[in-house]
Amino acid sequence: MDILFLTIPIALVLALIFLGVFISSVLKGQFEDLDTPAHRILLEEKSIKGKTNESEQP
Amino acid sequence: MNQNNPKTETFKYDDKIVKMFSVVTLLWGAVGMLVGVLIASQLADWRMNLGLEWLTFGRLRPLHTNAVIFAFVGNGIFAGIYYSLQRLCKARLFSDVLSRIHFWGWQLIIVSAAITLPLGYTQSKEYAELEWPIDIAITLIWVVFAVNFFGTLFKRREKHIYVSIWFYISTIITVAMLHIVNSLEIPVSFMKSYPVFAGVQDALIQWWYGHNAVAFFLTTPVLGLMYYFVPKAINRPVYSYRLSIVHFWSLIFIYIWAGPHHLLYTALPEWAQTLGMVFSVMLWAPSWGGMINGLLTLRGAWDRVRREPILKFFATSLTFYGMSTFEGPLLSIKSVSALGHYTDWIIGHVHGGGIGWNYFLSAGMLYYMIPKLYNTKIYSDKLGNIQFWTGTIGLGMYYLSMLTAGITQGLMWKALDEKGDLLYPDFVETVTRIIPLYYVRLVGGLLVFASILIMIYNIWKTIVNAPADQEEKTYEAPVPTWKKQSNSDQGHRKLEGMTAIFTVLAFLAVFVGTAIEFVPALMSNKFIEINPDIKPYTPLELAGRDIYIREGCYTCHSQMIRPMANELQRYGEPSQATEFIYDRPFQWGSRRIGPDLAREGGKRPDFWHYRHMIDPRAMTPGSIMPEYSWLERKKTDYKILPKKLKVMAALGVPYTEEEIKYAIPMAKKQAEQITKGMESEGVKLKNADKQLIALIAYLQRLGSDLANSSHQKMGSSK
Repeated sequence: MDILFLTIPIALVLALIFLGVFISSVLKGQFEDLDTPAHRILLEEKSIKGKTNESEQP
Repeated sequence: MNQNNPKTETFKYDDKIVKMFSVVTLLWGAVGMLVGVLIASQLADWRMNLGLEWLTFGRLRPLHTNAVIFAFVGNGIFAGIYYSLQRLCKARLFSDVLSRIHFWGWQLIIVSAAITLPLGYTQSKEYAELEWPIDIAITLIWVVFAVNFFGTLFKRREKHIYVSIWFYISTIITVAMLHIVNSLEIPVSFMKSYPVFAGVQDALIQWWYGHNAVAFFLTTPVLGLMYYFVPKAINRPVYSYRLSIVHFWSLIFIYIWAGPHHLLYTALPEWAQTLGMVFSVMLWAPSWGGMINGLLTLRGAWDRVRREPILKFFATSLTFYGMSTFEGPLLSIKSVSALGHYTDWIIGHVHGGGIGWNYFLSAGMLYYMIPKLYNTKIYSDKLGNIQFWTGTIGLGMYYLSMLTAGITQGLMWKALDEKGDLLYPDFVETVTRIIPLYYVRLVGGLLVFASILIMIYNIWKTIVNAPADQEEKTYEAPVPTWKKQSNSDQGHRKLEGMTAIFTVLAFLAVFVGTAIEFVPALMSNKFIEINPDIKPYTPLELAGRDIYIREGCYTCHSQMIRPMANELQRYGEPSQATEFIYDRPFQWGSRRIGPDLAREGGKRPDFWHYRHMIDPRAMTPGSIMPEYSWLERKKTDYKILPKKLKVMAALGVPYTEEEIKYAIPMAKKQAEQITKGMESEGVKLKNADKQLIALIAYLQRLGSDLANSSHQKMGSSK
């Protein structure tokens, strides 16, 4: 099962990459506010030029 | 933060690319499903390949899976990601040019798959069948996608990274890794290669890839889309943003380990099987976290679900996601796998996920996006509803017929009478019993196919009825103040974008380097158990094996006998890891539409195989195998054999210099011997150079080394 010498490090490296991304995103305050982001995506931006129906809600 | 910053900047979204990806999603969806319907009809009636080699089940099944996964869902993912990413980042995509390269490159890969797979160019690894030049193209296009994605992310105007984007990030990184590792192969010729790993190791890495193709191509990106499009369609925030974050991180940490559940009861070491099983069961929790989060987002709006096709599709897709992610861990439990593995239950399971979750979510997403992109309304809500019901009823018929077929056949295989003998010793008996269900499945599949045709018509009418003026809209947003550099410094912003590119490229470079460094270590001959009686294939057998691979025999025949009483009786001793050390690629298979072939060698005379390949029903009445008459006409490619042996030798197979040098005469001699043995039965000696003879040589070798082994009594290692 030499293949484990490849797959286990890869899986661990992947896990470590994700762990690093997780820690850095927490440190950068990505998850401090867990209420506004859910609402923010619902705000439609109005285009200043060109017709749009993006502001209309279904 | 500069509170008094009144500065704003204007920007446009690249919606053209989203439109392009949306249209091809539907186009390839219909093509992929049409191929699915065709191969479903072939199991109901074997004549449905029309006698053409390019249309056999073995060659088209990989085309179906690749088309629906990478062409249908793939293009849908790209459309949805490019739409939502721009809006979540309040920024145009990083580069219009890269977007176009991504689009056309991906379509070119799909077309090349549609050409090469029916021609028989395949690596025979499920969902990774495409040969090495296409593998390289996939890697390059994926890097283009990654650069375009991370470039956009780094020039974003919105500081917060919404949960969808987290799902997209994990998709891009992990798919790159999986694809590269599973594609480590050495070319033999322009369209033929051998994988670096053999046997058990090849199987482990393939299913590590295969399972995570489901996880990181059909699940994480689609969950990202779900977290964007479901709240948008209903105009309510996601039920719990906190849960979505927990869902994301727990899902990606657990998924990568679950692969070995595809190899339960095989020759894979037992601890690896148990590990895969435990992680698979653990996956149930985060998966249902996601499902509950999505469904509860729809809470209090069920009247709208009743009326609007978009929400119908979303609610149903989330329900099927929940069902599939419950059934998956269930099937990963060893005792359930013992019954379900190799049967149609698994086929039902994947279609519950593929149609119920992926198709329906893509349908809802496209119905939401396309009217917005074209400044118009859906042509007909009614047609959307008809599509929904046609698809749902079709899926119901598909799933239930396959579940029934799977459990029926699984129980028939296992059934023993009071003396302990097989109740259904003829394999074909267990096949003919479920053929009526194959017709039900065909009707279900036709309904699903019809449903996507309805959608194509509905979307086409929507697009042609759209106003002619399709100018890109201009948006305005404050210049981001949360970035450290000064706002006026365009150069810095640009450089930051470049950093992203370099990060991605550096990561891929480091990874490829690491992989290459590992390869020599893996080349050593330290296999878990070595039996000196297990010998490499002769040149002719190798040629025959490559024909077996080309025809996709593994799509219906396994080569892996599990340690169970009924399999011992039906097929012989359980397979052992040591038997596969020269198998590149491994041919264990995942479905038994026909019987297992691991110990086929020597069971029947050569002439039986000769006639059986030309007319299976002459030897096995009721068989649903297609006729392989072209194998009797086509000549074996002897010329490439020395090259094949050379590549194998480079990978550690102990072929001597002499064997490589005399590969061609050796092969011809063996072919003549086999043909001579059948002369009395009317096979002409001039047929010795035909592919059928090479294939017989391979089939007669299967499992015979261990049967004749003096070093190790069969079954003693288990």
